[in-house]
Amino acid sequence: MIPILYFLLRLACWLVVAPLLPGIINRVKSMVAGRRGPPVLQLYFDLARLWRKDVVMSNLASPAFVILPAVAWVAVSGAALLVPLGPAGTGLSFRGDVLPFIYLLALARFCTAWAAMETGSAFEGMGSVREVSYAVLAEAAMIAAVLSLCVQTGSMSLVTMLAPTVGASAVLLAAGLFIVLLAENCRVPFDDPNTHLELTMIHEAMVLDHSGPPLAVILHGASVKLLLFAVLLTQAVVPLGYFGPVVACTLLVASVLMVTVGVGLVESLLARFAFRRVPLLLTAAFLLCLFALLVAWKGGEA
Amino acid sequence: MNPNLNLLIGLAMGLNLLSLGTSRLPALIRTMSVQGVILGVMPMIMEHELDWRVALIALATIAGKGLVIPSLLRRAMRTAQIDRELEPLIGFVPSLLLGAGSAIAALALAHLLPLLPEHAGTLLVPGALATVLTGFILLIGRTKAISQVCGYLILENGIYLFGLLLIKAMPLLVEAGVLLDLTVGVFIIGIIVDRIQRAFDSLDTRKLTALRE
Repeated sequence: MIPILYFLLRLACWLVVAPLLPGIINRVKSMVAGRRGPPVLQLYFDLARLWRKDVVMSNLASPAFVILPAVAWVAVSGAALLVPLGPAGTGLSFRGDVLPFIYLLALARFCTAWAAMETGSAFEGMGSVREVSYAVLAEAAMIAAVLSLCVQTGSMSLVTMLAPTVGASAVLLAAGLFIVLLAENCRVPFDDPNTHLELTMIHEAMVLDHSGPPLAVILHGASVKLLLFAVLLTQAVVPLGYFGPVVACTLLVASVLMVTVGVGLVESLLARFAFRRVPLLLTAAFLLCLFALLVAWKGGEA
Repeated sequence: MNPNLNLLIGLAMGLNLLSLGTSRLPALIRTMSVQGVILGVMPMIMEHELDWRVALIALATIAGKGLVIPSLLRRAMRTAQIDRELEPLIGFVPSLLLGAGSAIAALALAHLLPLLPEHAGTLLVPGALATVLTGFILLIGRTKAISQVCGYLILENGIYLFGLLLIKAMPLLVEAGVLLDLTVGVFIIGIIVDRIQRAFDSLDTRKLTALRE
């Protein structure tokens, strides 16, 4: 009984905390711009409002249009359950759980892209193409980062992989993973979440025709993904294992907060890149992670 | 062996990739000058007791590569009124990947070389090889004369890194001569860049292959 309770508690922790992050990012952005800005809890209100609304379906769309966002949400939540929460451990852990982690994230993206194509709108197709083509490069960086952690610790499970500090390659890994975080969550140098122009949208174009509960599920899934990457980045770099449970928890929360504020600052201070310059930045992220892998490998040898 | 030295060489190798990835000439020149300063600091870290000759070499390198040469290049850039490399022969992403590949190849190759035991632990040899290869990629892949000069200077940085292996055996005169040659070379190139700009209305070196009356 108790393990199930813990499992549900962890799941609730992920799902309840996640919508806070976009609120914090927006607050940082409005503070930098000198505005008052929306409340930090805005996304909760939005989700509640969307949940009460009806779904508008295109004539072309099959039932998959409604089902796939739910599948994507389940996939992202499943991936979140695999990631350890510092001293609290994970809900689910087994040998080689990094692979399902990466594949679940890919499945979520596939489902969102498929649901977007269901409407038969040209904008949605364009958005999916862009999202998937950036994801190819971002995933390469992600896999290099995970590989470097694997080589460093000689383990294939996220719990033991993320626990020890990374040492010299920590800086490389942090920079690479931060760029991956920005790309995967469609934040500013890659995509502007506030844009209103369909031609320049990426992620927003994909969810343009969703409404009601499916849109709420998509928005919530995106926030869970943001939290997931922030937690992953923190644990890959900050040596939480050396501290007591209370200090480690505080450190984890503080670091996630710092990453979120960092995203907000990047978003306020940087303009988004031209489309043709995005692959360059993602290649740079891939190379950063690759060199982190190299340092981990050579460091283990010497 | 010497963690600080390896850190500096790692930084220089990172700057190599930065120079391959940027399309702006001011950024390229800045990257190159920062790399020159880092290389200038290295002899002071390598020696345990500070020799006045070593300090002199370091100071001359920092002043030459960090200040004089970049300012000469910046002046040439300003008179030529260009600040971007728009159509490189090898694109930025491929050259970045090539640079990373050459860095990894240099690391792998350095293991195979018969080095002295005291040099085996440092990154000097792989760093030198990677920097030389970066210089070659810039020389081959860019079309503007100023980027090619930067490629040449990065190539020279790599040779300097290699020379650090022999720092005890190399006379001061050789170092000073190399530095002087380099400065004069860049000075002359600055004039040539101006001439190319006047004669062809562009700094594209591909146009120099056509003969004219």
